[in-house]
Amino acid sequence: MNIDQHLDPSGLSLAPSPHFRNGITVRSLMLDVVIALLPATVAGIYFFGMDAALVTASAIGGALATEAGIARLRGEPISIRDGSALVTGLLLALCLPPGVPLWLPVVGAIFAIAVGKALFGGLGMNIFNPALVGRAFLVASFPTLMTTWRWPVGSGDWMAGEFDALSTATPLDLLRYEGVMTPLTDLFVGRVGGSLGETSVLALLLGAAYLLARGVIDWRIPTAYLGTVAVLAGLFGVNPLFHLFAGSLMLGAFYMATDYVSGAVTPGGRVVFGIGCGVLTMLIRIYGGYPEGVTFAILLMNAAVPLIERFTAPRRLGGGGESSAH
Amino acid sequence: MELKDIKEGEGKSFEGGAHVPHYKSFTDNIPISRMAPPAEVIIPLQQHVGASCDCLVEVGDKVEVGQKIGDSDAYISAPIHASVAGTVTAIEARPHSDGGEMDSVVIETDQEHSEFVPQETRDPDEMSVDELKEAIKEAGLAGMGGAAFPTYVNINTDQPVDTLILNGAECEPFLTCDHRLMVEKADELIAGAEILMRCIGAKKTYLGIETNKMDAIEVLATKLEDRDDFEIVPLAVKYPQGYKSYLIKTITGRDVPRGARSAALGCIVRNVGTTFAAYEAVVYGKPFIERIVTVSGPVVPEPGNYIVRLGTPAEHVLREVGVDPDELEGHKVIFGGPMTGLAQSDLRVPVVKNITGVLVLPPDMVREDVSYTDCVRCGLCVERCPNWLYPNQLSILAEHGIYEKLEDWDIWDCIECGICAYVCPADRPIVHFIKRAKPIVDEM
Repeated sequence: MNIDQHLDPSGLSLAPSPHFRNGITVRSLMLDVVIALLPATVAGIYFFGMDAALVTASAIGGALATEAGIARLRGEPISIRDGSALVTGLLLALCLPPGVPLWLPVVGAIFAIAVGKALFGGLGMNIFNPALVGRAFLVASFPTLMTTWRWPVGSGDWMAGEFDALSTATPLDLLRYEGVMTPLTDLFVGRVGGSLGETSVLALLLGAAYLLARGVIDWRIPTAYLGTVAVLAGLFGVNPLFHLFAGSLMLGAFYMATDYVSGAVTPGGRVVFGIGCGVLTMLIRIYGGYPEGVTFAILLMNAAVPLIERFTAPRRLGGGGESSAH
Repeated sequence: MELKDIKEGEGKSFEGGAHVPHYKSFTDNIPISRMAPPAEVIIPLQQHVGASCDCLVEVGDKVEVGQKIGDSDAYISAPIHASVAGTVTAIEARPHSDGGEMDSVVIETDQEHSEFVPQETRDPDEMSVDELKEAIKEAGLAGMGGAAFPTYVNINTDQPVDTLILNGAECEPFLTCDHRLMVEKADELIAGAEILMRCIGAKKTYLGIETNKMDAIEVLATKLEDRDDFEIVPLAVKYPQGYKSYLIKTITGRDVPRGARSAALGCIVRNVGTTFAAYEAVVYGKPFIERIVTVSGPVVPEPGNYIVRLGTPAEHVLREVGVDPDELEGHKVIFGGPMTGLAQSDLRVPVVKNITGVLVLPPDMVREDVSYTDCVRCGLCVERCPNWLYPNQLSILAEHGIYEKLEDWDIWDCIECGICAYVCPADRPIVHFIKRAKPIVDEM
């Protein structure tokens, strides 16, 4: 889209004020997210081998190709330069089991971009986080593939439990089905079973610090999300650090729940959104049918965003506390 | 906190807004100097909020510098004066910096006799409040920071006003005219504030100054050391700190209710330039015929803070600072600051009472690419909006022509400061959409 410019015979530039911008663009924000996810990606490849790199490449390739293909179908300029499809592909890859056949990430990426984003009207219009839409689709369609976890490099035998030698379990599985508590250091470093980019808390925190320092993400969502999980874990009598470090919580709280399009825009709404994600995650983890609840917690809260924003509208200055009418 | 402990950039502030690059170093150390009057001035008959003036001269008339050439019986108005001596050559519609045309008096300059010489020097202390107000009214003062609201109307209030706030924030990038005025004319500024305090009955004056002007703070602090009725408030360097409501909120903590005049809250805000002009009007009987204008930009050979006669065409201003108006292909010439100022297409437009700056931005600073995308809901505009609105929602509704919903989203509370568009990563022309929608909503 373009501002209708009145070209002037004088040759002077007449674009409307403000006459300059801060230089931050959707593309620069998306590239920051990619940079922030690099440590987690590298950690995934380190712990799960080159297959993890191939899974990542497949998901990104699938996302970019789908984005470009849809733009062509709609006769629009190809928008992959904005980096959003790259982020979606990468995020999807990071929440897949590392050893899946390579067609699976491609299918997930196609679904994420085509159904999760394009069907809603493209970037800015999608109600749900596209990467999580893709993951949810894969979990529902290929449950076995999506729960076959690979051994990380350097892990101990204790992790095998009753599972076979080829595959292992995630720390949340181990706790839920066998009452085995994974050591916190393994969880922190990422030497546990799980999706390829979710296991290393250390790597994810490094990236999160980068995003927070650069102002790319708002601290309110992850703080409210993680805080709620910690409090509820304490109430349920489980070490809060375990619940914070296990599963895809760190990935979800810093990289998925903070998605601009599908999250709340109001500062207060972001706190409510984060708390809601935390409550749903813990309810699913403790009482739900799945051992992990981050994906569905965030997707459910995505659906609640219009309602949240309605009740957290900023009070206009000088309005005497009266909220804007919507 | 003690003034001496304030660090550059720090200070009191409001909620919202954002730091924008200053670009003030081009001119913030350059002393105020006079610009030679142009061969011809173009003086629009309305340079203020309110009623347009009736023309008091005819083509062919000889006028003195400072002679009143336009006035109105309406309460909300301000008279217009000849900024040079000379001959009236035309009274007709001429291009105006707001993009349209306006009835203007064109005067061919008599360079010999265009210097304003005060007839007398008056002592404000020996003048009554009514005489002070009359002097300000007759001088045609109007808010010089940009608002152009007639100063007389502003100070002639029945409401009890205990506080005068002098606006020395100057939060727009590039502009340094108020900065230099505070450094060089501190005594006159203080005297001007005393005049305004008497007019409105205020007991206290706050000087709000952003802390990127530490030299101005120092000069004024030294002069005001023993004064209890003056207080300097160092302000954080944040845009749009200089907007009236945020200044009042920052300094007094009072919320200006929607649509209320600030006098209803017991305070009146005046730009430092206007305050200085009030001093000159009272003491020298000097009408509003010239003002300090910051002429700046990375490609301007002689940037500076110039005293420019009202009615001076932009092209004259540019030539005087070494810019060839015919060699500006792809450049942008802005009247005002870069956040809210208007890009000009016709360089014959004159400087008027509220023009703070004439800026030339080179092509590499001007956004060539004016494409934008859908809102990505990053929330930056919501977080930064100083009026706590939903700029994103306003821009979406305006973009798609859903005008009937804009009032529900408080479009009239938008002050068009531009911070939303400044931070928007999707490059959405948010203010442009809002400005374009306002007249349409108004007619509904």
